[in-house]
Amino acid sequence: MTEETGRRSSKGAGKGDRSMVPPADFRSYYGRPIVRPAVWHHDIAAYLFTGGLAAGSALLAAGGDATGRSSLRRAGRVTALGALVASTYFLINDLGRPERFHHMLRVAKPTSPMSMGTWILSGFGAFAGAAAAAELAPAPLRRLTTPLGTVSGYAAAVTAPALATYTAVLLADTATPSWHAAYPELPFVFAGSALASGAGVGLIAAPVDEAAPVRKMAVLGAAMELYGAHRVETTKGILSEPYAQGRPGKLLRAGRTLTALGVAGAVLGRRSRVVSALSGAALLAASLATRFGIFEGGIASAKDPKYTVVPQRERLARRNRS
Amino acid sequence: MGTNSLYGPLDPAPDAGYAEPPPRMGFFTDTSVCIGCKACEVACKEWNAVPDDGFDLLGHSYDNTGGLSANSWRHVAFIEQPAPQPSMDALAIAGGAPAHPDFRWLMMSNVCKHCTHAGCLDVCPTGALFRTEFGTVVVQEDVCNGCGYCIPACPYGVIDQRKDDGRAWKCTMCYDRIGDGLTPACAQACPTQSIQYGVLDELRERAAQRVQEVEGARLYGHDENDGVGGDGAFFLLLDEPEVYGLPPDPIVTTKELPAMWKRAGVAGLAMAAAVVVSFLGGRS
Repeated sequence: MTEETGRRSSKGAGKGDRSMVPPADFRSYYGRPIVRPAVWHHDIAAYLFTGGLAAGSALLAAGGDATGRSSLRRAGRVTALGALVASTYFLINDLGRPERFHHMLRVAKPTSPMSMGTWILSGFGAFAGAAAAAELAPAPLRRLTTPLGTVSGYAAAVTAPALATYTAVLLADTATPSWHAAYPELPFVFAGSALASGAGVGLIAAPVDEAAPVRKMAVLGAAMELYGAHRVETTKGILSEPYAQGRPGKLLRAGRTLTALGVAGAVLGRRSRVVSALSGAALLAASLATRFGIFEGGIASAKDPKYTVVPQRERLARRNRS
Repeated sequence: MGTNSLYGPLDPAPDAGYAEPPPRMGFFTDTSVCIGCKACEVACKEWNAVPDDGFDLLGHSYDNTGGLSANSWRHVAFIEQPAPQPSMDALAIAGGAPAHPDFRWLMMSNVCKHCTHAGCLDVCPTGALFRTEFGTVVVQEDVCNGCGYCIPACPYGVIDQRKDDGRAWKCTMCYDRIGDGLTPACAQACPTQSIQYGVLDELRERAAQRVQEVEGARLYGHDENDGVGGDGAFFLLLDEPEVYGLPPDPIVTTKELPAMWKRAGVAGLAMAAAVVVSFLGGRS
């Protein structure tokens, strides 16, 4: 067997199907991948969702607390705690040596987004846990726990944006071609997705007369998410491809459709409790689909050597020209 | 951290905090004299007690290892390709046996590059990966908790998770041998001196001379101005890097990490602002 010469875009050359980038040859070692795909299981994709949901819910709870909307405060705090517990489970379960999870706490390393994330999640977890405990405290203790809950709730809300966005750096700070190339926009996708999922919780939990700010939160979150995802899917040349094809493409398209439906329902169905709740569910499903789509798109880009070789060859050619 | 701690030329051991480290050690793998005997693969497994990785027939010439992995810290690549200059002697044209074969065989023993700027080491959240006094990069197996972050961070696809063990494994440049002044097992076993071990600066000088002598040769990973600040294990190749399964222009991912944190900060602020506007903005 002789060495492999791959050809880009096996079906893109067909009639009427214009590919975004001209086809080019690339060479490889028997078509084997060069960079290694992440060994993370779907636990990590699920954590991207639950971590964002925890952050979005904590912000929802703080907003509800600040404006006297108790249904939002309660739903936000309880959901944040649930999502936090789920996140912790997913993160530990994905480790090759789960019983050594505490080794994460040996160091604090700014060059490791996972180390930073561990500390962000630990800090957020303490505040969000305290806020939820205050919410669930029995009635006789309320006088004591209410101010504690407010302080913890605000502290959780202050750390929430870091929790929602560090995961974008976590994926981008790899040699995985389509994750790394997306680093300028990925934090906006994840921040927007987290906001939209938090708003989804609010839409499900709150009576319609308390939900006005939640609808705005849904619109702003969806706008951020859709803008970021559009940039990731269209401006990265060949590295946008993995986000458009196969399962990642299907997941991201499903995410976009559900986001659009959720926002439309949240705005147009503002008088209906049922339509609002359905819209909230659509936003939550959209966030889940988007996270899995981004996760799987990156994995796909690592498995095909063309996504490593072709952009690096183009980079070399540009450097040699200048 | 110094100014070049994330990117650019650097002597890694002093940057990692060693006060008076020994000289940086490295591998120079000269593929032009590799005969594909795989003694390096075997010696590495024997010395480091690396488990077997199954019996596969891949159909990739004489390569049934496939690539570097948790259980293969040296890997010999075999590439069969048409000879760059077909022989034009009279015997061949007359139909007799050709004086030169019409194909050539490229063989290369691949290994962890022990990068000056090592992505695996940068992203490790437990401190299991560390920089040795020799400037090499080693995993501490009693610390690694198998988070797997180093694996997609390596621009060469070297470090890998051992499935039945959960932890990440790769070449240590025989840290337990070189500390005693011994040569790493692979270089010790190499019968043609294709794998040369020594002080990195001396190896670079030797390689600069060797590349002049071999037609069609190029060096890979020798330049401290490249995307990873130069490799501790570098190569003399006879074709493009990607033909051997190496990335043509690797750049350590953490070069852009400050920019990534900035973008995340902006997105986080936008997120907070969106919540403030939603709740405290005008009633709707």
